[in-house]
Amino acid sequence: MPRRSDIQSILVIGSGPIVIGQACEFDYSGTQAVKALREEGFRIVLVNSNPATIMTDPGLADATYVEPVTPEFVARIIEKERPDALLPTLGGQTGLNTAMALYENGVLEEFGVEMIGARYEVIRKAEDRDEFRQAMERIGLKNASSEIAHDMEQARAALEAIGLPCVVRPAFTLGGTGGGVVFNREEFEETAQRGLRSSPISEILIEKSLLGWKEYEMEVMRDRKDNCVIVCSIENLDPMGVHTGDSITVAPAQTLTDREYQRMRDASFAIMREIGVETGGSNVQFAVNPEDGELVVIEMNPRVSRSSALASKATGFPIAKFAAKLAVGYTLDEIRNDITRETPACFEPALDYVVVKMPRFAFEKFPNASDTLGTQMKSVGETMAIGRTFDEAFQKALRGLEVGRTGFEGKTTPRSRDELMELVARPAPGRIFAVHDAFREGMSVEEVAKLSGIDPWFLEFLKGLVETGRALEGRTLESLTAEEVLELKRRGFSDAQVARACGATETEARRRRLELGVRPGYRRVDTCAGEFEAHTPYLYSTYDAIEDEAPPTRRKKVVILGGGPNRIGQGIEFDYCCVHAAMALRKMGIEAIMVNSNPETVSTDFDISDRLYFEPLTLEDVLAICERERPDGVIVQFGGQTPLNLAAGLRDAGVPILGTSVDAIDRAEDRSRFTELLTKLGLQQPENGLARSADEALAIADRIGYPVLVRPSYVLGGRAMQIVYDERDLARYLEEAVTASPDHPVLVDRFLETAIEVDVDCIADGSEVLLGAVMEHVEEAGIHSGDSTCVIPPITLSEALQDEIAAATRALALELGVVGLMNVQYAVQGDRLYVLEVNPRASRTVPYVAKATGVPLASLATRIMAGAPLSALGAEEPKLVGRYAVKAPAFPFSRFAGARADLGPEMRSTGEVMGVDVEFGMAFAKASEAAYRRLPTEGRVFVSVKDADKKGIVPVCRDLVDMGFSLVATDGTWRALREADVPCERVNKVHEGRPHVTDLIKDRAIDLIVNTPLGKVTRHDDGMIRTEAYQAGIPCITTLSAAVAAVQGIRAQRSGRGTVRSLQEYFAPIGAHPVS
Amino acid sequence: MARGGPPALLVLEDGSSFRGRSIGAPGRRAFELVFNTSMTGYQEILTDPSYAGQGVLLTYPQIGNYGCRAEFDESDRCWAEALVVRELAPRVSSWAAEESLGEFLVRRGVVALDGVDTRAITLRLRERGAQRAVLSADEGDVTVEELLAEARALPSLEGRDLTGRVTCRSPYDWTEGLDGEAPAADALPLVVLDFGVKRNILRNLVSAGFAPRVLPATTSAEEVRALRPAALFLSNGPGDPAAVAHAHGVVRELVESGLPTFGICLGHQILALAFGARTFKMKFGHHGANHPVLEEVSGRVDIAAHNHGFAVDPDSLAGTGLEVTHLNANDDTVAGLRHVALPAFGVQYHPEAGPGPHDPRHLFRRFHELARGGVPAATP
Repeated sequence: MPRRSDIQSILVIGSGPIVIGQACEFDYSGTQAVKALREEGFRIVLVNSNPATIMTDPGLADATYVEPVTPEFVARIIEKERPDALLPTLGGQTGLNTAMALYENGVLEEFGVEMIGARYEVIRKAEDRDEFRQAMERIGLKNASSEIAHDMEQARAALEAIGLPCVVRPAFTLGGTGGGVVFNREEFEETAQRGLRSSPISEILIEKSLLGWKEYEMEVMRDRKDNCVIVCSIENLDPMGVHTGDSITVAPAQTLTDREYQRMRDASFAIMREIGVETGGSNVQFAVNPEDGELVVIEMNPRVSRSSALASKATGFPIAKFAAKLAVGYTLDEIRNDITRETPACFEPALDYVVVKMPRFAFEKFPNASDTLGTQMKSVGETMAIGRTFDEAFQKALRGLEVGRTGFEGKTTPRSRDELMELVARPAPGRIFAVHDAFREGMSVEEVAKLSGIDPWFLEFLKGLVETGRALEGRTLESLTAEEVLELKRRGFSDAQVARACGATETEARRRRLELGVRPGYRRVDTCAGEFEAHTPYLYSTYDAIEDEAPPTRRKKVVILGGGPNRIGQGIEFDYCCVHAAMALRKMGIEAIMVNSNPETVSTDFDISDRLYFEPLTLEDVLAICERERPDGVIVQFGGQTPLNLAAGLRDAGVPILGTSVDAIDRAEDRSRFTELLTKLGLQQPENGLARSADEALAIADRIGYPVLVRPSYVLGGRAMQIVYDERDLARYLEEAVTASPDHPVLVDRFLETAIEVDVDCIADGSEVLLGAVMEHVEEAGIHSGDSTCVIPPITLSEALQDEIAAATRALALELGVVGLMNVQYAVQGDRLYVLEVNPRASRTVPYVAKATGVPLASLATRIMAGAPLSALGAEEPKLVGRYAVKAPAFPFSRFAGARADLGPEMRSTGEVMGVDVEFGMAFAKASEAAYRRLPTEGRVFVSVKDADKKGIVPVCRDLVDMGFSLVATDGTWRALREADVPCERVNKVHEGRPHVTDLIKDRAIDLIVNTPLGKVTRHDDGMIRTEAYQAGIPCITTLSAAVAAVQGIRAQRSGRGTVRSLQEYFAPIGAHPVS
Repeated sequence: MARGGPPALLVLEDGSSFRGRSIGAPGRRAFELVFNTSMTGYQEILTDPSYAGQGVLLTYPQIGNYGCRAEFDESDRCWAEALVVRELAPRVSSWAAEESLGEFLVRRGVVALDGVDTRAITLRLRERGAQRAVLSADEGDVTVEELLAEARALPSLEGRDLTGRVTCRSPYDWTEGLDGEAPAADALPLVVLDFGVKRNILRNLVSAGFAPRVLPATTSAEEVRALRPAALFLSNGPGDPAAVAHAHGVVRELVESGLPTFGICLGHQILALAFGARTFKMKFGHHGANHPVLEEVSGRVDIAAHNHGFAVDPDSLAGTGLEVTHLNANDDTVAGLRHVALPAFGVQYHPEAGPGPHDPRHLFRRFHELARGGVPAATP
């Protein structure tokens, strides 16, 4: 069947900001789909509030709306653009829920928009727990026994029927938000209440716990002729009870007999048909009883998902791209397999390798949250590794995780057997390492299997690795034979692991290995286990390879190092830069070689680069690629801290680093060299010192005065960074959080209270500098730049100050000899400018600047690094006229029960959004709405501010009252307002007795919270207030300047709806540069 | 590189050799080496009579994970001559396992090795075609030259009738359906000509409503007719279909008598040959569980198990009364045929699965309808 000719334009909904459970896999799927549909000649209208995505590049869709992904805004876009169809299955749960709302409120019908890919009834049937359960019964498939509840009374009755332990699953939520496994009544009450609140339709499923059963996923595709294929089967190493996003998973399924596998395959197709998914990809999850093979259906997602991104990367079968083509009328047999080029897409990939995915967590950012894993997803990223055996893939994945492990290893400190048993039994991020120690302590596979529920098939390999590692201990490198080293490498051992066991350095182990002639080979991911010739150089390394595949070319080539697994502080923004680098290089006729280990990203789409190496980003793995490819240069600037950490090692091995020199990076990062640099340029920085011991730190703080900002050197995302207000706090910090030592010094900076922070992104070629944008933070200094709201152009900085900032930035770039990107962070206190930090590399704000201004900094920087002078690029410094672009962060606090939701110098946001409008107030309001903190236009505001803000808050409150809001405040603020004649009610602080402020929040009797916490005093109350606010979904403003901005936003919302305008429209009048 | 164990050596006719670990019975076998891309179902593959004369390399690297179970056998013995894998599972994990694959191989006398780069061998077979090979397992000192000479001395499968090795010695009735289902009370009497039939074919036939009587490959047309069957089934089997000459005439006579007939794999090829079409040996054949089969009339695709080294030449069909009903969508080879005037059809692939997908199982029901005189062979 050919492409449909009755539709011309299609609206694609993106997934909004990166949050836990909904990350850059939807940029990957959306980008693929938009490209595929445009190829077919459709006009594509795209909406996504996330500026850090490739999909929102103005060159990709015909009309790109960086607007909130809410029914209201999408309705306005529909009204304006009049698309014929809406594709709701590519934007995760957000896309699906938004599309559902637009159907329900009649917008789709009113404007004659057809839902393609999945119809309303289909989504409803798959997502509604009760409808799904009935559907499964109709086709004779078992569900875990369960009951539906819409309130607590029903929930308690359901519990009587199901019993404990049980699982609470809220309907229509993302990544299991609000749900969990519960073991007792108290947990049940809490989780059921939370679940009812999380579900947009107040519906939860109380389900019998299948704890310990084996868990599987099937990635299915179906076309309109009813052709069905399984793209990939996935087996979870962690058994039922842990969310699949938090599980270590393996593809393909390992421990199913052919009969069991085929039964699961048949069931998957039956579910697709019964639910009625006519075209596209879906994910079906199953549980299997290890005792007798009993099969139970858990759930299905009628859309592309994180798992489908993983399946696409694991097999080479681009699910989202094909799903888009199926949605517009093609059938699977009409689509060509991109990798073999000759065979059709209507087949099932055969793997001749093993794929292991590992989740990456960020519990260190949320110290009060429990790190026990359950049915609610908590990981922030993942890495994938491909090997010819499970051993090889597993160890590669562990080192690709970048958590300081060089492979499968344990803790060096001995632990008691009881302690180990507990660690093995409790699902948590470090459990797999406890398994290592358990085997080291002599536990048997049976014991570990019993405690953990991990299948013995996996455990036997893990035990083998422990034994192999142990046998190596005490050996010398010289005594190792080529055969032994080869065997170790085939089992996935890294040079670093071998070195540690043999008491040598990694460099020595590497030298010995190369002496013995042991090198990895490279294999293609070809979808067909070698049956057909592959044409796409999508490669992985293995020590199995006798013969290499896809030999390097003799073209001019550049290696781009990606960012590895997403984490807080290093995510999609850097992937965006890497993708731009690849596209720019290809345009210049230079071969672009991508190295990355993150399966969620656009950069690991084999379509993006000329060659893709799906490999861990360790020195060993990257050097092996460089030795093979002999690139003309390596780009380390774009992937965040991960590739930067490799820069020196690569340079020492003789690998040419493109752009800014490693020495310049060191000059910016080494504190004493940095101070020299600033002194030379006549620039100021906050008084500071470098402490190599606790005493030194205290002495420095004494000298420069409190409050001080303390942090370990060389960190990204403000890891362990804190503002301390007195000596006692500093001493505690040095004792508990960070130990200062000669090897790991601690930085102590004077903290500039009430300063305004400014970020600048620029590009330079060594002799010329182009400023991308000056970004003014809305919050005062002290909040990590990744967590703060900021605006382009600046709203309070004087012309003179902006000129001074520009001049300082130019001087820094030229002095450092920056070739490529540079980001500078400043603080402005009064009219004095301080340089806080200089990062001669891509920053998190590069994509935001590009979307705000239309200047593709990352592409331009790549061209400079590849040798083009800035003057030849035809780029001009952008000047934003007639619009404001506000960037706001999205936080994961609601995922971490018990975690404190306060902002500070340590970054904790997972993603960001952008709001654009002609006025700052409306841009701010849009950004708040897009980040799911919609500002109210009426209602009650709770105000509680620190003493320093008590004067400044008065006009803010007066404005609120003038707009009809009522106010409640805690004692101090209440007094201040009353003195100023602002009407206000008083409410108890938490320790003053009930009802107190958090009672009001829990009852949702508050619509907005203004709570400025930076002082030391009321910290505990503040933390509780903000935590409750996030749980209840009430917007919470934490600085005075943000409160001023919020008032502007509220006023703007009350007086109008703002403009809905595409980036193409914004950029057109100023003649923006096309984004390549 | 293996986890210890006696050495084994595999030598291909092109002179390449691979050293690994013996994971099966000791001894030496010569065979044609083919690769199979199924990720599950090793026991079903090893016991499939179509593999007589062949050694199997499994491209999926981790094999033996769920062990072996008697009911997975597709016949009463292992027919594959040898097994080549990347890594035998160090531990079996499945409630279904009755023994490990290693134990199974030893018990069934199959030579096998692991610890070799199976992808390198696969790419070699893809480029150069299926290779004659010799595997020596746990035999002490053997030289590559010695094995190479044996490999090169092995006759090609082309022109060889191997059905005599695998067919039943005497007729028998089969009564077990899928999942232990009992035959229907009104089951249609069916003759199965056994060229190496798989049990899952017989199970599917029972579940579709037949009462199969399995006869040796050399049974004559009169003997078949004497049983007054409602239909005829031509089974899968090993070797070159053109060499199974005695069956060509028998099949033609029976089909022309109006007996509804269905052939699978070798049976499908014999049906073609019976009406004057030709078959040819493919470069490395189709062996796997993921091939798309396109039904021309409906445009629908079934994912199906494949296991064949020979195929029907579509250019030889003119004037035979046969027409192509199904194509392999990967390479457009003939995947299904029917007679335009007579109630006979055949498929090159394996609707019975075992191992493999169940998508084309509906063909057994279609056969049953044909046998009841319901609908013509190729109408969906």
